[in-house]
Amino acid sequence: MKELLLILVPLAGAALAAAWPNNRTRPWLLPAVCAGHVGLSFWLLVAPPAVAPNAWFAFDPLARAVLPAVSLLFLVCGAYGVAYLRLRSERPNRVFVASLLAVLGLISAGHMARHLGLLWIATEGVTLAAVPLLHFNGTPRAFEATWKYLLVGGTGIALSLLGSFCLGYASLHGGGGGDLTFSALTAQGLHLSQPWVKTAWVLLLIGYGTKMGLAPMHTWKPDAYGEAPGIVGAILAGGVTTVAFTAILRVRGVVTAAGLGPIADRTLLAIGLFSMLVAALMLLGTRDFKRMLAYSSVEHMGILCIGAALGRAGLWAALFHVWSNCLTKGSLFMSAGNLRRAAGGRTMDEVRGMAVLAPRSAALFVAGMFAVTACPPFGPFFSELRIVRAAFETGHSGAMALFLFCLLLAFFGLTRLVFAIVDGRPRQAARAVRRQFPETLGIILPPLVLLGFSLWLGLHPPEVLQNAWTAVADQFIPLP
Amino acid sequence: MSEYINLLIGIAMGLNLLALGSSRLPTLIMAVALQGMALGLMPLLMETEADWRLVLVALATVAGKGLLIPTLLRKAMRAAHIDREVEPFIGFVPSLLLGAGGTIAAVALARSLPLLPEHSGSLLVPGSLASVFTGFVLLIGRAKAISQVCGYLILENGIYLFGLLLIHYTPLMVEAGILLDVTVGVFIIGIIVDRIQRAFDSLDTRKLTALRE
Repeated sequence: MKELLLILVPLAGAALAAAWPNNRTRPWLLPAVCAGHVGLSFWLLVAPPAVAPNAWFAFDPLARAVLPAVSLLFLVCGAYGVAYLRLRSERPNRVFVASLLAVLGLISAGHMARHLGLLWIATEGVTLAAVPLLHFNGTPRAFEATWKYLLVGGTGIALSLLGSFCLGYASLHGGGGGDLTFSALTAQGLHLSQPWVKTAWVLLLIGYGTKMGLAPMHTWKPDAYGEAPGIVGAILAGGVTTVAFTAILRVRGVVTAAGLGPIADRTLLAIGLFSMLVAALMLLGTRDFKRMLAYSSVEHMGILCIGAALGRAGLWAALFHVWSNCLTKGSLFMSAGNLRRAAGGRTMDEVRGMAVLAPRSAALFVAGMFAVTACPPFGPFFSELRIVRAAFETGHSGAMALFLFCLLLAFFGLTRLVFAIVDGRPRQAARAVRRQFPETLGIILPPLVLLGFSLWLGLHPPEVLQNAWTAVADQFIPLP
Repeated sequence: MSEYINLLIGIAMGLNLLALGSSRLPTLIMAVALQGMALGLMPLLMETEADWRLVLVALATVAGKGLLIPTLLRKAMRAAHIDREVEPFIGFVPSLLLGAGGTIAAVALARSLPLLPEHSGSLLVPGSLASVFTGFVLLIGRAKAISQVCGYLILENGIYLFGLLLIHYTPLMVEAGILLDVTVGVFIIGIIVDRIQRAFDSLDTRKLTALRE
C-alpha cells in the first residue's frame, strides 16, 4: 500500500502549499515534498513490492523502471525552484508551487495506473495541472503559448479518450466482461476484436503522442517550452512526456497480445523517424535557444519511439534513454533559464558573449549540449548506441541510416545556435549583468548535479536500474 | 427504448449542422448547450433499473454541459464586449457541406466496424463520429476563441456518445472521474480565455501570432 503514498504525499503537499500563508517560505515545500518522494520511490526501486494482478494502481515493473527518474528530476528542480522563486519574488507563487506538486502526484498516478480509464484521468489531470505553470510569467506571449497548449493538448487528450473507449469496446466485442485493467486486456489477447484494436491504437498513438510531442502533433511544444520558466520546461520535457510514453508502452502491450505487434512496431518506427527528421530540420532553422530545446525534446521523443519498436534490446535501450534524456534535458533547461535571465533576450540575434556574462551557466549549457547530442561519455551516447545496436540486430539498417543522419543534422543545428550565443563580445556591460544576476550556488548546483547523474549513468549504470529495465523487457517481450 | 435514444442522437446530429451553419455566437452556444442536455439524458434511457449513482451522473452532466458551461461562455462573451459574429476561416456553406459529408462518411464508416448485436441498430457510433468531425471543423475553421471552445465541447460530446457504448461495463467511478476532468478542463479554458481577453484586448485568435518560426 505504501506505493500509494507516491501519489498522496505530493497531492497533500499541493494542498498544503495552497494553504501556506507566506510567499517567501512557501517554495521550500518543493524540495521537502520531493525529497520524501525520492526517498520512497528509490526505496521501492530497490525493494519492489508485490503487484496484485488486478490492482488499479501499482508500482509494477514499468513504474519501477521510469518513475524514480522523474522523482529525481523533480527533487533537483524543486531545489532550483527555491532559488528561482526568490529571484522572482515580485510574483505570487501560491498557484505555481501547488500546481508543481500536483503535477508530481498526478505523474506518479499516471505511471502507476494499470487501468485504461484511470491512466486517461491521470494524464488529463497532469495536462490541466501544468497550465498555471506555463503562464507564470504573465506576458501576452505566455498566454498565447498556454492557449495553444490547451487547444492542441486538449484535442490530443480527447482523442486518447476516444481511443480508450475503442479499446474497451474491442474487449467487449471479444466477449470481455468490461474489466479494463491492462492485465485483463492482455490476458484476453487474441479474443480482442482486431478492427477495434487497430482503431484504438491509431487514436491512442495520436492522443498520447500529442502529449509526448511527436511530430506532426508537436506544434504546442516550442511555444510552451519557449515561454515557460526553465524548471517548467525541464519538468514537461523530462516528466510529463514520460507519462505519455509509458501509456503508449502499456497500450502497445495490449496491441501485441491481440496479435498486431508488427503493425504497432512499424507505426512506432515510422512516427519516431518522422519526429526526428522534423526536429532536426527545425533545429537547423531556429534562432531562439529555448525553442531549440523544445525541438531537441521532439527529437528525443522520436528516439524513444524508435527504441520501443526494436524488440527486446530496443525496449531496454529506450528505458535507458528515458533516464538519460530526463536528467540531461533537465540540466539543459535550467542552465538555459540562467542564460535567458542574464542575457535579457532569447534569440541569437539579441544574445552573444554569454561565456563572459555568465561563465558558469554557459559552461554548463555547452556541456549539456554535448551530452544531449550524444557525445560520450554522457548517458545519451550509451543509450542511443544501444538503440543503434538493437536496430542492426533486428535488420533495420535503412532506418538506422536515417536515424544517424538526423542525429548529425541535430548536432549541427544545436552547436550552431549554442556557440553563437556563448561566443563573441557581449552587448551589455559584463560587470553590471554579473552584479544584477549573480551566479549563486542555488542556480548553478542543480544543473551541475543533473549533468553529474547523466555522466554517472553513462559510465556506470547501476545494477538495480539495469535489473528494473530488464524486468520491463521480460514483461512486454518475454524471452522465447 | 432504443427509438428514443436514436431520436436524441438524431437531434444531436442536427444540432451539429446548426452549429456549423450559425453565424451568431449565441446560437452556437445554444446549440452546444442543447446537445449537452440531450446527451446527459441518454444514460437514464439506456438503463433499465434506476440506480441513484447513475441518476446523479446524468444530472451532473445535464447541469454541467447544458447549464453551467454555456452560462460561463455567455458571460465571457458579454464581458469581452465582442461583437457576436462568428468570423469563419471556413465559410458557412463549405462548413455545412463538410459537416453533411462527414455525417454520411461517419454512417458509412460505422457500418464497416463490427458491432455487438445490441448496438447494431443504434446511431451511437455514427453520431459520435459525426460530432467528433464537426468539432474538428469548428476548431480549425473559426477565428474567435469562444467558437473554438464550442468546437472542443462538440468534440467532447462526440466522445461522450461513444462512451455510452460501454456504460454497462465501465465502473461509475471512472465515468465520474472523466466527467470531472472534462468540466475542470473547460473551467481552465475559460480562465485562459479571460486572460487572453485582458492581455490582447480581443478574443480573436488571429492576433495570437507572436510565436512562430
